[in-house]
Amino acid sequence: MSEPKAYTVSIYTENNIGLLNRISAIFQRRHINIESINSSVSEIENVSKWTIVVKLHEEQMKKIIGQIEKQVEVIKAYFHTEDETIYQESCLFKIKSNLLFDERRQIESIIKDNNARIVTVNREFFVIEKSGRKEELEVLYRELSVFGIMQFTRSGRIAVTKDEMKISKMLEAFQH
Amino acid sequence: MKDTQTLEKEQSTATKTVRISGSEAIIRCLIAEGVDILYGYPGGAIMPVYDELYKFRDQIHHVLTRHEQGATHAAQGYARISGKVGVAMATSGPGATNLITGIADAQIDSTPMVCITGQVASHLLGSDAFQETDIIGISTPVTKWNHQITKASQIPEVIAKAFYIAKSGRPGPVLIDITKDAQFEQFDFSYEKCKGVRSYNPVPKTDIDDVKAAALLINAAKKPLIVWGQGVILSEAEEELKAVIEKTGIPAAWTILGASAVPTAHPLNVGMVGMHGNYAPNVLTNECDLLIAIGMRFDDRVTGNLATYAKQAKVIHFEIDPAEIDKNVKTDVAVLGDAKESLSQLLPLLKANSHEEWHQKFKDLYAIEYEKVIKDDLYPTKEGLTMGEVLKEINIQTKGNAAIVSDVGQHQMIACRYAEFTTTKSNITSGGLGTMGFALPAAIGAKMSAPKRDVVAIIGDGGYQMTIQELGTIFQQRVPVKIVVLNNEFLGMVRQWQQLFFEKRYASTEMTNPDFVAIAKGYYIDAQKVTKREDLKAAVAEMMACEGPYFLEVCVEKEDNVFPMIPTGASVSDIRLE
Repeated sequence: MSEPKAYTVSIYTENNIGLLNRISAIFQRRHINIESINSSVSEIENVSKWTIVVKLHEEQMKKIIGQIEKQVEVIKAYFHTEDETIYQESCLFKIKSNLLFDERRQIESIIKDNNARIVTVNREFFVIEKSGRKEELEVLYRELSVFGIMQFTRSGRIAVTKDEMKISKMLEAFQH
Repeated sequence: MKDTQTLEKEQSTATKTVRISGSEAIIRCLIAEGVDILYGYPGGAIMPVYDELYKFRDQIHHVLTRHEQGATHAAQGYARISGKVGVAMATSGPGATNLITGIADAQIDSTPMVCITGQVASHLLGSDAFQETDIIGISTPVTKWNHQITKASQIPEVIAKAFYIAKSGRPGPVLIDITKDAQFEQFDFSYEKCKGVRSYNPVPKTDIDDVKAAALLINAAKKPLIVWGQGVILSEAEEELKAVIEKTGIPAAWTILGASAVPTAHPLNVGMVGMHGNYAPNVLTNECDLLIAIGMRFDDRVTGNLATYAKQAKVIHFEIDPAEIDKNVKTDVAVLGDAKESLSQLLPLLKANSHEEWHQKFKDLYAIEYEKVIKDDLYPTKEGLTMGEVLKEINIQTKGNAAIVSDVGQHQMIACRYAEFTTTKSNITSGGLGTMGFALPAAIGAKMSAPKRDVVAIIGDGGYQMTIQELGTIFQQRVPVKIVVLNNEFLGMVRQWQQLFFEKRYASTEMTNPDFVAIAKGYYIDAQKVTKREDLKAAVAEMMACEGPYFLEVCVEKEDNVFPMIPTGASVSDIRLE
């Protein structure tokens, strides 16, 4: 058996209530932890796109894709390795405003060095946003954590594939 | 672009628009889908629909079961014997949750079923209202599809979709939950059958190159073995399968749910595979050079230890569900599609053969199984009655024409091993889920669906008491099913395992049973009890001759075991004969 690897699962679905339950149940039933999950609109009108990150053996991954595709409201599911996708995550840090005006201006240089940006500033706190790979986000987290983080949140992975996804063609084929 | 003919045809299937209530629409949808009988139990949140059922009672027959679980199993029995979609109905809350066992059973055994549940009014959803339960959430992992309707206008399209999804491709259960306000709401109703769902491809197209690759392997094989499953019955490919085995002379074995697709007496039928299957097909699974799986899913009860399952053989898998390919057993050639279609394509590519030497091995191993197991099961010399001899007597007196509905446990394995089938769709049992309590209500559905056929339920004393209240349904509806309880005063299969693997510690498997005959008679069902061998024949004759329902209790040997047996985790070729 191959080593477990991180896979990005992309699922195109109808936009219906209850599908989250149906898809997450496929993982839950097999005792598989979902590393991250994101649902959004896709490039096609009325078609949702899910991006799920899981760590699995390839054989297991293939079987799960089969189970996902089997769901009536799933149009198509794919899985990709890290080097087959362009992916990003996004995170927000809420930090006390007084730290921004510290004489050493350490925070300012951290923001610059990490290609992060300040979203908002007010008297009590300011918010830093950073998009990138999980590792980059983790570096920023470590650097900021010494100053004290009031709140932190990270999004699920979003990804596009290097290969073409032929969903539109599949849907067109159904119309005829 | 559709041609004019198709368009005309489509328009003619759509009904004219009328303004009616959601609940009337539900009944009209069911009638449009050809539903003649449905099973269910009323309650608060489904009452508007029952009110319409009353008005339409000359067109659609609602059968009141004694528990909602019974309604699902009856719908399953109805579906399994006919190939049509079974329908069950229940109210919200406990009514809906009581359907779950039957739904899970239908899901794992690919049975087409539509369940309709009432739900609290939409403004009450999520408020913990009386008899509110999240049945969509609860049923999601055990349904092929489910949907909640909160507006009457959604009813026609969703119900049409429900029937289409339940029946097409690999069949399965669908649950439709309808809020009470949607049942009352008036709307402009018209009905059109569903012809497709864009995200759902029920039958993958068969690739002729895969069929050719399969034919090459089959024609070259010296020791091929076919194992077929319920897929053959669901796609009505019985004749195609028979043609394939008769042309090629390939020995063919079956899974429990595949039983009856080819008559038991067919010379190329080599018996059942799996945990309590026949000796030859199990042992020779690990000797064949080509394993041809048709419409089966390599369940663990079939394969035993996967690490030692048919490792020497190449594997061809004919299958409608792509998710089954390589799920448990790695295939060399996968032929996707409907078995009827793919086997038709395969047949002309096959060379005629007889595989005589290879067949001799099956005969030799059958002779061993006969000596060590079958002889004593069917022609016992000990005093106590065996389950096997009861089956043999039923075979003789029904000439193998009865549909056998079995429950779960030792009697089920005996029924599947020894029932002699002449007709397809005749082995109705809970295979994948192993649902005790299945048989009595399933027999009701089967008999009502096929009134001209003899339907004999074979049930253990344990499972019988899980749905015994359905005797009330049998009595009220006058369903002439024949009920045979093989009473060993034990939960026999569990006891067998306790004997073999838990040093005879019979934890909670002994049953102190009531007077079953008195209970049947309490429901005004003719009944008798047999304790001696010399009374068996006459009792079975009386049962089969009885015009109404009949209950026969046969007291069998208490501690008989079912052999052959592949212990859990063992290889199919390590099957035990004693």
